[in-house]
Amino acid sequence: MKSLHNIKVASFIFALLVTFSTSAQKYTTETGLISFFSDAPVEDISAQNPMVGSIFDASTKEIVFIVPIKDFQFDKRLMREHFNEKYMETHKFPKSSFRGTVNGYDKEKSGIQPVKVSGKLLLHGVTRDIDVPGTMELANGKLIARSKFKIKLVDYNISVPQIVWQNIAEEIEVKIEFTYKSL
Amino acid sequence: MKNKIIYFLFLIPFAAAAQDDLMKELEQSEKKEVELIEQTFKGTRLVNGQTIETKGAGELEFIFAHRFGAVNSGAYNLFGLDEAFVRLGLEYGITNRFGAGFGRNSVDKTMDGYLRYKLLAQSKGSKNIPVTVTAFANAAIRTSPKKADATYAITTEDRMSYTGQLLIARKFNSVLSLQLMPTIVHKNTVDKTIENNNTYALGVGGRLKVSRSIALTSEYYYRLNTPANDPYYNSLGFGIDIETGGHVFQLVMTNTRGLTERAFLTETTGDFFNGNIHLGFNVTRTFQVKKRI
Repeated sequence: MKSLHNIKVASFIFALLVTFSTSAQKYTTETGLISFFSDAPVEDISAQNPMVGSIFDASTKEIVFIVPIKDFQFDKRLMREHFNEKYMETHKFPKSSFRGTVNGYDKEKSGIQPVKVSGKLLLHGVTRDIDVPGTMELANGKLIARSKFKIKLVDYNISVPQIVWQNIAEEIEVKIEFTYKSL
Repeated sequence: MKNKIIYFLFLIPFAAAAQDDLMKELEQSEKKEVELIEQTFKGTRLVNGQTIETKGAGELEFIFAHRFGAVNSGAYNLFGLDEAFVRLGLEYGITNRFGAGFGRNSVDKTMDGYLRYKLLAQSKGSKNIPVTVTAFANAAIRTSPKKADATYAITTEDRMSYTGQLLIARKFNSVLSLQLMPTIVHKNTVDKTIENNNTYALGVGGRLKVSRSIALTSEYYYRLNTPANDPYYNSLGFGIDIETGGHVFQLVMTNTRGLTERAFLTETTGDFFNGNIHLGFNVTRTFQVKKRI
């Protein structure tokens, strides 16, 4: 009976340790950068959003991020208005988010390493599985995650009103750069 | 056995923490920020009058507005289409809240200049402001009639009028926005037998969005101090806003032909419900002349 008790205490301490060690592996940022570029015959459209919040757990390789849609910055105010009001319908879908796994990340390695990120992207109220390439770079205690991929507007139910004469590309290039601090 | 249960109870929170829903953690760490309520109206004009909207810093808006003659002027006048009253105008956003504009209306050959300033911007989140408030002021000069043609020795002062307006609007949701417009119009020289120097008016207006690019608007100005033998009517207007890229088209029906505050607020000659309706449109085109920082 006594030995059983010891095992219990030991596993209890172990559980505690696991909890602490996991949280020590976490990286966060509140100022992650997401930008996109749409190349269209009439007018190229690009925007940056430096207000992306993200957590990356190096021990489980889980990654999540949340993008406040209205924080995308454009060259022209009117573009931002149309982006929010007509395409993204920000009043209905104020946030986009992603939850997934960074496959192939080795937390012991420093320098740039290629990774595969797969998970679920929620955009404009539509959730889809995506699988995109990226890199992770550990330098001076900071972890930088980068990725570049394309998304199709039609996949996320983003339609361009007939009445808008400006041509909008059907595919948008998305660039991600998160500079994490270790928690 | 009892011990075992207690032991499991202890483990549950840790297990939950280990599986840790990162998304929840991220959501909780997000700060509550001020969320500005934007795009209460599509443009700076509701029908004839102003909205609380200001242009963005470095934006230049070209406004071409046009009113035909009265529909009830008959087939001889092609239901008003034979006549046209035009206002050409420009408005520039000095800052996101402060703008200036000028224009010329063919009614009485009037030139007007104005300033608008957004005093308060509707927001929610960490700062809750229920309405947007914009102050508007203009000065206008009617250059018609010519001095030689005037029935009295007309001076520049006689030709001037001024408007002060507080525009108060609330965007209730993406569909409905309402606006209140307490207004004063001062005319330097008037025919005292039928009008006052100062006209006080309360305007109400709104927008109902019917699709992503189309909205219905309406606007009514009720004059609070009308003299006993007032020959004029309160101005009333309805419109359809159609937005296409950098343009906003507003198709309107109104009982006034004037496009400056003096003309449509204090000198509206048409009785809307007697068919004295003018068709017209406002077309605006916005240019970003200075890059945003």
